Amino acid sequence: MLTIQYADYEALRAHGEETYPNECCGVLLGKSNGVEGNTVHQIVRAGNTRTDSAHNRYNIAPQELVKIQRQARNLGLDIVGFYHSHPDHPAQWSPTDFAEAHWLGCSYVITAVEKGKAAITNSFLLLGITEDDKNFHDEAIEIEIAEAASTQKGQE
Amino acid sequence: MNIHIPTPLRAYTDGKETVAIPGATISAVFTQLTTTYPELRQHLFTPEGKLRSFVNVYLNDDDIRYLPAKEDSPVADSDELTIIPSIAGGC
Repeated sequence: MLTIQYADYEALRAHGEETYPNECCGVLLGKSNGVEGNTVHQIVRAGNTRTDSAHNRYNIAPQELVKIQRQARNLGLDIVGFYHSHPDHPAQWSPTDFAEAHWLGCSYVITAVEKGKAAITNSFLLLGITEDDKNFHDEAIEIEIAEAASTQKGQE
Repeated sequence: MNIHIPTPLRAYTDGKETVAIPGATISAVFTQLTTTYPELRQHLFTPEGKLRSFVNVYLNDDDIRYLPAKEDSPVADSDELTIIPSIAGGC
């Protein structure tokens, strides 16, 4: 399960609307709780370097990732996942997403943005020990709202 | 020198985010790193010993692939090495 504050959840979805018709991308900082999943404490927007095909591809510059990892370290947090948008495309991982996924144990959050409006948001946990046996696992998203928490999957 | 380990690979460094490894060059540090933590080797290098294409390594703020001496670049104890797998995709 991926646990995230409502404000962060809304912010990553809004990011996808802002960059529409291009893909947005960013990093989830937080803590991994083992079998309980990842908890997000902060999201960090990143630039999409795939300006050649930004409508259907994203890439975060390694240099920016180094800085974000440094930022996480200074906050006592870890990189626990990433997010990106699928403009006018389902919120499901694609063959490209899978081929380019290398952060085992991390959550990959995808928001479908339909005609500029954020629609479904899903999360996929990358499981496996090596590149050879990695696989995406559907992951519920728990959205924490003030004192109350609600579990949602595929909510608009 | 300190080497910063990304989240997925900390399972092979006893959960440590940062490990201190001695060495005069990046290559020597890598050799010592994978001697100390042998399970890291297959995640960082191909069977032929080349750095995997999706694994980025930064010496301070510089990608080692673009350093003149690449992995043979000299390092000091005060330098930092960051291992960072790539992140990309798309629909």
